Amino acid sequence: MSVNTDQKIVIIDTGCANLSSLRFAVERLGYKVEVSFDEAVIKNADKVFLPGVGSANAAMHIINERKLIPIIKSLTQPVLGICLGMQLMTAFSKEGNVDCLQLIDEQVNPIQAEGLRLPHMGWNTLSSISDHPIFSGITFDDYFYFVHSFCVSTSTNTLATCDYGQTFAASIGSGNFAGVQFHPERSGKAGAKIIKNFLEMKA
Amino acid sequence: MLARRIIPCLDVREGKVVKGVKFRNHEIIGDIVPLAQKYAEMGADELVFYDITASSDQRVVDKSWVSRIAEKIDIPFCVAGGIKTVEQARIILEMGADKISINSPALANPELITELNQRFGQQCIVIGIDSFYNKDTNQYEVYQFTGDESRTQKTSWTTFDWIQEVQKRGAGEIVLNCMNQDGVREGYDIVQLKQARAVCNVPLIASGGAGAIEHFTTVFKDADVDGALAASVFHKNVIEMAELKQTLINENVEIRPC
Repeated sequence: MSVNTDQKIVIIDTGCANLSSLRFAVERLGYKVEVSFDEAVIKNADKVFLPGVGSANAAMHIINERKLIPIIKSLTQPVLGICLGMQLMTAFSKEGNVDCLQLIDEQVNPIQAEGLRLPHMGWNTLSSISDHPIFSGITFDDYFYFVHSFCVSTSTNTLATCDYGQTFAASIGSGNFAGVQFHPERSGKAGAKIIKNFLEMKA
Repeated sequence: MLARRIIPCLDVREGKVVKGVKFRNHEIIGDIVPLAQKYAEMGADELVFYDITASSDQRVVDKSWVSRIAEKIDIPFCVAGGIKTVEQARIILEMGADKISINSPALANPELITELNQRFGQQCIVIGIDSFYNKDTNQYEVYQFTGDESRTQKTSWTTFDWIQEVQKRGAGEIVLNCMNQDGVREGYDIVQLKQARAVCNVPLIASGGAGAIEHFTTVFKDADVDGALAASVFHKNVIEMAELKQTLINENVEIRPC
């Protein structure tokens, strides 16, 4: 099967720190990628990444300042949120009690780690995996790199789960929007597979 | 289950990876990017790059190597050395580092931890602590400017008080370097790490003393640390990563296989 590496791929410039590691990860797979917060560039993309690190409050502030909220909401192509980017796709985050993008009907709450150390930091496996195309070929033996203290509970929007004190959503999705709590760009070969799956998804 | 992390540490001086014994007499090990790539491919869970000259020379050296590493490797990495301001931290993180580690500047200005936490979030703020066991006072003492013998000095902090203070201020992870053990490969300081663990609710990384595979087994099983950092055993091929990880798996330590 031939792979279309000529797609227009855009990483939304959310002003968050580690955009470059995601850009490098996409480039390592042989794709060109643009980092932008320009409306036309984002809308014209075949695939869109919504990255984020730091606090939900600070990130929503920048997204709002850059007038990205209506643009992101209007997207119909596949969009993948990463880590905080996934959390921003929900309706509301308890981290700073901030309204998020309302793309997926979920809420972000502190991890109930039951005495385990926080943040949940390091490599963990998945405890359930859906048949969503981004998880194609991913197994329970694959480890992914997580760094977070807040999470989304499991529901019908859950695409994969992870256990750390509680079972939480390692991935959520609704329509063309999907997100992963872990960092695929920092999760070795398994993470690269997730990014590749997303880029090879039919729009 | 969350895996325990094996973390090779690459001490960087002027763009080269070096290693000293007890922080002294540094010898060149090799170029940064190929070594980083080699470790990522071998199965390292994370890498730490520690610019040992930066803090003590009162300057931030050229950090363009950070983005060259970010381009090539697909595991998380942390950059340490000479980061004194929010702006310096921002540059390193934007180059693609996942975390920044602060040591001496946090001792000089503990408020920096709070500021970094507010700007970038707890997840990327690592506090490095150089701890020396003083036999005369039977105390664990925190040292600063350990990259430069002429400026290395004892602070007024005891190690366990400082561990608690940095957590209050928003540290996301602590690397405890036990100076008495550093570079001598006689094993991690289990006694000290156990006491540190008891007051540390964020991830705790053991540093200093790894010399054999059983040292890793012991530090995970007895001191319950989240990660173990080591340098010379990897640089000098004393320990082979695949064998280390397989042994730990056989010992029922949760480990991400190579």
